[in-house]
Amino acid sequence: MNELIYLDNAATTAARPEVVEAMLPYFTENFGNASAIYGIGAKSKAAMEHSRETIANALGTNAKDIYFTAGGSESDNWALKAAAEAYREKGNHIITSKIEHHAILHTCQYLEKHGYEVTYLDVDENGVVKLDELKKAIRPTTILISVMFANNEIGTIEPVKEIGAIAKEHGILFHTDAVQAFGQVPINVDDMNIDMLSASGHKLNGPKGIGFLYIRKGLKLRSFIHGGAQERNRRAGTENIPGIVGFGKAVEIALRTMEERTKKETQLRDYLIDRVLQEVPYSRVNGHRTDRLPNNANFCFQFIEGESLLIMLDQNGICGSSGSACTSGSLDPSHVLLAIGLPHEIAHGSLRLTLGEDTTLEQIDFVVDKIKEIVARLRSMSPLYEDFIKNKQ
Amino acid sequence: MYSEKVMDHFSNPRNVGEIENASGVGTVGNAKCGDIMRMYLDIDDNGVIQDCKFKTFGCGAAVATSSMATELVKGKTVQQALEVTNKAVMEALDGLPPVKVHCSLLAEEAIHAALWDYAEKHHIKIEGLEKPVNDISEKEEAPEEDY
Repeated sequence: MNELIYLDNAATTAARPEVVEAMLPYFTENFGNASAIYGIGAKSKAAMEHSRETIANALGTNAKDIYFTAGGSESDNWALKAAAEAYREKGNHIITSKIEHHAILHTCQYLEKHGYEVTYLDVDENGVVKLDELKKAIRPTTILISVMFANNEIGTIEPVKEIGAIAKEHGILFHTDAVQAFGQVPINVDDMNIDMLSASGHKLNGPKGIGFLYIRKGLKLRSFIHGGAQERNRRAGTENIPGIVGFGKAVEIALRTMEERTKKETQLRDYLIDRVLQEVPYSRVNGHRTDRLPNNANFCFQFIEGESLLIMLDQNGICGSSGSACTSGSLDPSHVLLAIGLPHEIAHGSLRLTLGEDTTLEQIDFVVDKIKEIVARLRSMSPLYEDFIKNKQ
Repeated sequence: MYSEKVMDHFSNPRNVGEIENASGVGTVGNAKCGDIMRMYLDIDDNGVIQDCKFKTFGCGAAVATSSMATELVKGKTVQQALEVTNKAVMEALDGLPPVKVHCSLLAEEAIHAALWDYAEKHHIKIEGLEKPVNDISEKEEAPEEDY
């Protein structure tokens, strides 16, 4: 097989041709500033509002509650820092989970250095936030709960509706980082009592450099980027019209294809997981088996290290990712894998494969065959495996 | 991110395996930080390294540095092998990314650990060889916080 097999769709996705096509005129003939009075400015504004409407509909809310940003990380930073500041008089306590994206975790650590207290909730062995712990963590000073909609590494979908209900009952704001979930699973901000939600364009076959923050009407969040009056005075900066248009198009397609895509991806995902678990000894799947993103498979292979596995997969034209220390630039493996209770040496041998809508059964078969070969080869070089076999004899 | 030589030694590692009844065996690193190297030496009566094999659990750089280290010490005397530093291993591989330098330290340490084992078994003292640190990550400083 000479084609590229791209199974890292949780990292980023290819923009769809329809998305690129929709964006192109807004770089050239319709380049106008959306704040301008003349015709091409008005065209930009109309296109932007159309995208805003599409996104709002996808969340079951109003267009004026969607604020475009430069991406998921900005949205997360804005939500947490602005909420912390706005509700400072009520309290200084924030609750989040141990398995959040670094855009949340590092923002929380920043806030801790500025007088806020943060509780990092444990998760169970499947990566599900413990609701009883959440209830116990609530204090009179708790102003914000931020729990991701679905985990980027292990794909586990969190009990967002239950968390939203708990937050509402206690009068606490609820933010969710839905960067991985938006466009993949149905979301309704009212049903789920979500007050703020972050999402990003490039995770759902849209462009990079564009995201949004949903802010429930009535929340007193201030601007994060100061300057002009764009985004109803809440996010300054000339709007990224091509990005916004592409994002809107991607959301429109994602919503339209969600049901069919979910069915297909879930089938392929489960086939991949079952084959790996059956055919590769000393392997495990990480994350919840059913409450998980349709496109996510995450494994650990004992006695081997993830980066070596990734390089060898790459040599076979397969793109995946790993939570090993070597791929994170630190000595510690993924905080998510450690939070679900895996020991370091097992967490180092992780592999995340995230499917896309074009992934085929043939590709999955090829990938599993290669994984078997590579894992066996790396084990034959591993002193840990050598010791394991000797101890077994 | 890796040089061609690193990729070559990772893809076609030299001297992978074990030596039965080796003159010296050394294992360094720990599973916690994700790198373990085990080095086997076969040393003849004249103190010349006749054979060297390795097994490594770790990233591409860890495998490549182990492989290169075995190549560099083969045929050398014990004293010459002691002079195979992590810098020599890195240079022979046309360099390593900064975050991977510790892999070359581990390779140097693995050679030392195997030599130490050889010296202990044969009740000899090797001039200039200090008791190796089994876990080099203990020597590394925590990265600076960036916020």
